[in-house]
Amino acid sequence: MLHTIVTSVPELLKAGIQYTIPLALISFFFGLILAVLTAVVKLMPKPGHKLPKLGWRILQAIFAFYVWLFRSTPLLVQLFIIFFGLPNAGIELPAFLAAVVTFSLNTGAYASETIRASISSIPNDQWEAAYTLGMKRPQILMRIIFPQAMRIAIPPLSNSFIGLVKDTSLASSITILEMFTVSQQITAKNYEPLLMYTIVAAIYAIFCSVLTYLQHYLEKRTSKYLSKDGAHH
Amino acid sequence: MITLEHVDKKYIEHHALKDVSLDFPKNETTVIIGPSGSGKSTLLRAINLLELPEKGHLKFDDLDIDFSQPISSKQQFQLRRKSGMVFQNWNLFPHLTVLQNITEGPRAVLKQSKTVAENAAKKLLELVGLPDTANRYPNQLSGGQQQRISICRALAMQPEYLLLDEPTSALDPELEIQVLRVLKDLAAQKQSMIVVTHNMEFARLVADRIVFFEDGQAIYNGASKAFFDHPEGRIKAFLEAISLESDEAADSNLS
Repeated sequence: MLHTIVTSVPELLKAGIQYTIPLALISFFFGLILAVLTAVVKLMPKPGHKLPKLGWRILQAIFAFYVWLFRSTPLLVQLFIIFFGLPNAGIELPAFLAAVVTFSLNTGAYASETIRASISSIPNDQWEAAYTLGMKRPQILMRIIFPQAMRIAIPPLSNSFIGLVKDTSLASSITILEMFTVSQQITAKNYEPLLMYTIVAAIYAIFCSVLTYLQHYLEKRTSKYLSKDGAHH
Repeated sequence: MITLEHVDKKYIEHHALKDVSLDFPKNETTVIIGPSGSGKSTLLRAINLLELPEKGHLKFDDLDIDFSQPISSKQQFQLRRKSGMVFQNWNLFPHLTVLQNITEGPRAVLKQSKTVAENAAKKLLELVGLPDTANRYPNQLSGGQQQRISICRALAMQPEYLLLDEPTSALDPELEIQVLRVLKDLAAQKQSMIVVTHNMEFARLVADRIVFFEDGQAIYNGASKAFFDHPEGRIKAFLEAISLESDEAADSNLS
């Protein structure tokens, strides 16, 4: 058993560093950009202000459709459509790119709701105070709203990220040699499914534990202005 | 000089401003008083375009804003550059230190350098008696301190007018006094101010002019002295109600 562990763990880690981690990081990065974009388009102009222009409303409808589509269909099916299906429509993506595109779009759809909620949770007072200083909407978003919304978004976004790390195992179904694929290949040779899949599960758990630690660190950093003893209400 | 002409604002079930025309002269402190729900905060917020009336004009020096037309972002910006706002709950930016709160406007809007903005901010903190709070966060300070800092934040933009929306209503009396002293100093320096308040002592001592607002209309608009020395009719009733039987006054406001 020890021999199996010693020989398989380096192979699995290699696959993790080569595919699982990059896949998760790159997809989360693009997913987050997409999520912020989607959230901002959906929120602006704020309700109660003058009616948004037609072009803007069309853009909002497109983003709303996107979020609906990716939250209403299974991730595995999305992967299959983008990798196996799209070539029929003349769009052929290499497996890794197909996985990044799918995971980014999927994460972006979920995270956009997180970010929209965290932006909405910042009291309107903050907008008003910034407006009266003469600040413009993009400035207010960047300098006043995002820094406060981030604190609220970190725990649910960490959920999404941790979920994504584990979901990268689905990429095994589109020929990517990530950790789970490699564990299956090793199992096919040594006939130790219980041991092999437990090992690979443990490695996923270690990766996610690092992220959990990172989450706590970020939570602390973004909350330093809310000292307990200073609260006066 | 700020002039409102025939300003009218309706909410769904409430006529907040009824054809209001008023002047607010420069270098004077105008105090707006009146019962709760009379529209005085709406009036003040309209001067900073935080509320948009449906009709009427707002004239600020050479700027003329017609509320019946869409207001361009350029007009909005020009107008807001001329006035600073102080809110009932101060609305400081909680994620920024006191110093950053005050320098935020000058740096983001006026593009001042960090050094210039910080030096000006430190002078303002001295002015309001809080020179040691620069590196603290708002949440670590009392309400009275936060409100004085929010006055600094507004003053840092060097506004022509300071607009204050019930600046002491959320404060305990001893904290309220700290804020009122700062405002009294500013009034003595001829800073143009429009203050919505329930504090009659402040109105009596500091105001040059009083606007008495009730049911969406300015019933009195004139010298402070005449208002308090020779009150008549509805004004007399209001002053008596809040000075003698405050419980009764609160009851009648609720009904």
